[in-house]
Amino acid sequence: MIPEIGNLALILAFCVALAQGFLPLAGAHRGRAAWTAFARPASRALALLVGVAFACLTSAFVDNDFSVLYVAQHSNTLLPLPYRIAAVWGGHEGSLLLWMLMLVVWTLAVAQFSRQLPEPMVARVLGVLGLVSAGFLLFILLTSNPFDRLLPAAEQGRDLNPLLQDPGLILHPPMLYMGYVGFSVAFSFAIAALLSGQLDAAWARWSRPWTTAAWVFLTLGIALGSWWAYYELGWGGWWFWDPVENASFMPWLIGTALVHSLAVTEKRGSFKNWTVLLAISAFSLSLLGTFLVRSGVLTSVHAFATDPRRGIFILLFLGTVIGSSLVLFAWRAPKVGLGGRFALLSRESLLLTNNVLLVVACSSVLLGTLYPLLIDALGLGKLSVGPPYFDAVFVPLMLPALFLIGVAPFANWKHARVDEIVRALRWAFIVAAAVGAAAPLLYGRWKPMVALGLLLAAWIVLSALFSVVRRVGATRGGRSFLATLGQQPRSFVGMHVAHLGVAAFVAGVTVVSGYQAEKDVRMEVGDTVGVGGYSFRFNGVREQQGPNYRALVGDFELIAEGRTVRKLFPEKRFYVSSAMPMTEAAIDSGPLGDVYVSLGEPIDKSRPDAAWAVRVYYKPLVDWIWGGCMIMAIGGIIALSDRRYRVRLRSGSTAPSSAGALARHT
Amino acid sequence: MNRFLWPLIAFIALVVLLAVGLGLNPREVPSPLVGKPAPAFTLPRLDAPAKTFSPQEMLGRVWLLNVWASWCVSCRHEHPVLVDLARQHAVPLVGLNYKEVRGDAAIDADKLSRDEERQQVVERAGAWLARHGNPYTLSVLDIDGRVGIDYGVYGVPETYVIDKAGIIRLKHIGPVTPEIVSGKLLPLIQEISK
Repeated sequence: MIPEIGNLALILAFCVALAQGFLPLAGAHRGRAAWTAFARPASRALALLVGVAFACLTSAFVDNDFSVLYVAQHSNTLLPLPYRIAAVWGGHEGSLLLWMLMLVVWTLAVAQFSRQLPEPMVARVLGVLGLVSAGFLLFILLTSNPFDRLLPAAEQGRDLNPLLQDPGLILHPPMLYMGYVGFSVAFSFAIAALLSGQLDAAWARWSRPWTTAAWVFLTLGIALGSWWAYYELGWGGWWFWDPVENASFMPWLIGTALVHSLAVTEKRGSFKNWTVLLAISAFSLSLLGTFLVRSGVLTSVHAFATDPRRGIFILLFLGTVIGSSLVLFAWRAPKVGLGGRFALLSRESLLLTNNVLLVVACSSVLLGTLYPLLIDALGLGKLSVGPPYFDAVFVPLMLPALFLIGVAPFANWKHARVDEIVRALRWAFIVAAAVGAAAPLLYGRWKPMVALGLLLAAWIVLSALFSVVRRVGATRGGRSFLATLGQQPRSFVGMHVAHLGVAAFVAGVTVVSGYQAEKDVRMEVGDTVGVGGYSFRFNGVREQQGPNYRALVGDFELIAEGRTVRKLFPEKRFYVSSAMPMTEAAIDSGPLGDVYVSLGEPIDKSRPDAAWAVRVYYKPLVDWIWGGCMIMAIGGIIALSDRRYRVRLRSGSTAPSSAGALARHT
Repeated sequence: MNRFLWPLIAFIALVVLLAVGLGLNPREVPSPLVGKPAPAFTLPRLDAPAKTFSPQEMLGRVWLLNVWASWCVSCRHEHPVLVDLARQHAVPLVGLNYKEVRGDAAIDADKLSRDEERQQVVERAGAWLARHGNPYTLSVLDIDGRVGIDYGVYGVPETYVIDKAGIIRLKHIGPVTPEIVSGKLLPLIQEISK
């Protein structure tokens, strides 16, 4: 009964979404207030219906209802409850339902927090979101219905893929999807602006917080995925340039460009067409990512659903949504003015350079991801594009972008002077260069790439410090330094915090790729192996029973400077319902680095109590990679809390006056 | 020309590429063995474990080598197709029973002695063929999977077409379907049997 309620809710949701799509858009076009007023209640109804459907599927998982095909395929009575709930999005159909749930949550948020926006604008934004929802609901209903029955019911479910039975899975997809789907709001604002022809600073102001919020979620989602791959796959890497990783990274790159470009559009009214195109692209790449993952057009470890019908549907959907937006863009963009002029060297030009670098980086990732498909389609053979390509293309593009992070906050809008920037930043650069030159010596060998990476990280930190000091000094007016610091606009603070996150990330990546060490060794009970200043003693392997698996648990002592620091227990798990043995690495994390041990195979299969193949890693500063992403996200959250978004919420005043005030002190 | 049309044009090109890509199978990796002689082996026969079989015996004939195991779910799906194919007597079909015991996740093969394992292989494989029908001219036992390594087996079932000179002409990974038999296997067999 419950699955039928879920199914019915989805069908009703589709009808509501269609109405939400067409009525308010038509109302905004014709100026009929009654039609535009439909947008908000419709979005609430839609959220309620999709919420009901999601709750129904969750309840089917909780109750082990194996008469639902999707539940039978992804769950098992032995599966612990938290994983049974997370298993809702452990497969294709449920992932889409989660996607949909996120979309209605965003839609609802727009409906709630847009009271200060002109009514036709809200109607258009919600209308576009309604159309996107309708497309996704149709996709779910036609090709991927999670409520399809399995009659007669299965006795026992097939269980969730053991790789996904991990706390990382509970959080990673919802975060990632919040980010992916969040760009649909920026997209809807862009389309609404194109439809109304109202492409101005106010529009940029409205879409900014939404874009930043989506970007924060996407940043966290990608970081979580990378962290999960690091400790769960047991390969010791944190990024593999896998097509599915790329699918999430491309919208992030464009989203980052969009965040910066929106700043220019808001403050200076420039880059309007460019910003709109980025907003369309960010969401398009989210959809493209969905297509690449869901259609199985590229092989990858993630491709758990491959069905040509699904592929064709998503491709049609993709074509319709993106194609029509680009047609609209080509039609409307020529009429949009150019906005404020700026000199060859100005904050605008530096942000434009940043945008170009990010877009080129994204294009090169897209090319690398699709190149095997292109070659195959042309009948030129099969090949795969791996990390060497991506590293070779990506790193040189990012180096100048990282350098510019330090420069841009010191460049004035409209026109900046080289000598002023040099004077303001020369000490920052000299100190950063000294840090870059000296810091690698802490790790023993001096390597040029490490020196360069640490120089850039130090450069970002120092220039941010200089920028804050300069700004506080200029606005101080006799008050204490700290008090003035606390009164800086949140967007300014957020920007620098996010940039500090980039610095931490760069430092982590640089040091771990320069100095990581790994050893594959054969270990007898009692053996010791040393890596990166630590040593591991192997005390043997014992058996342990988990809820739905049995495990062989290795017992290792981690020894530093002759003392046992702690014990580490890597596992080899054998899940009852699947053939694949799973490796659970044991990691000792610290601010200065991780040591990491994972069990390979017993040397003699019949004697798991004797010698084992063991892999040990030393990963200096590796946690800075995810820590950096966290700091970036925190920076985004701080920027979101900026007063001007809230002031507008309360007063509902019109844009120009406060925008002018902001332009003065930013 | 309107320069704002360029994104649309680029996007259309992308959609065309993706549409073409949908028709392709990324898992279809060309085997380096195609065009090379079938790796030699000598393995015990399932019907008479005292006797052995090796590919040299098939020289001068076109034949199929099908990799199977009783634990392999897809093998059960393709089995009726093979039984059908055998009925047509178009071509000899040799089964390579691959890791019958140690490939099965439900069994802890490490606890078995070699003789016990061998005995179980014969029992299980024989029972499976008795239940689902035996399309094979004969089956051989690759108990430890070494021959499978020579042939580059990475998913069971797999099917090889081997010509009169003992050269592998086609490798099909995954279950064969009636469409693959009529569209790919039989035309090729006819062509190289001339």
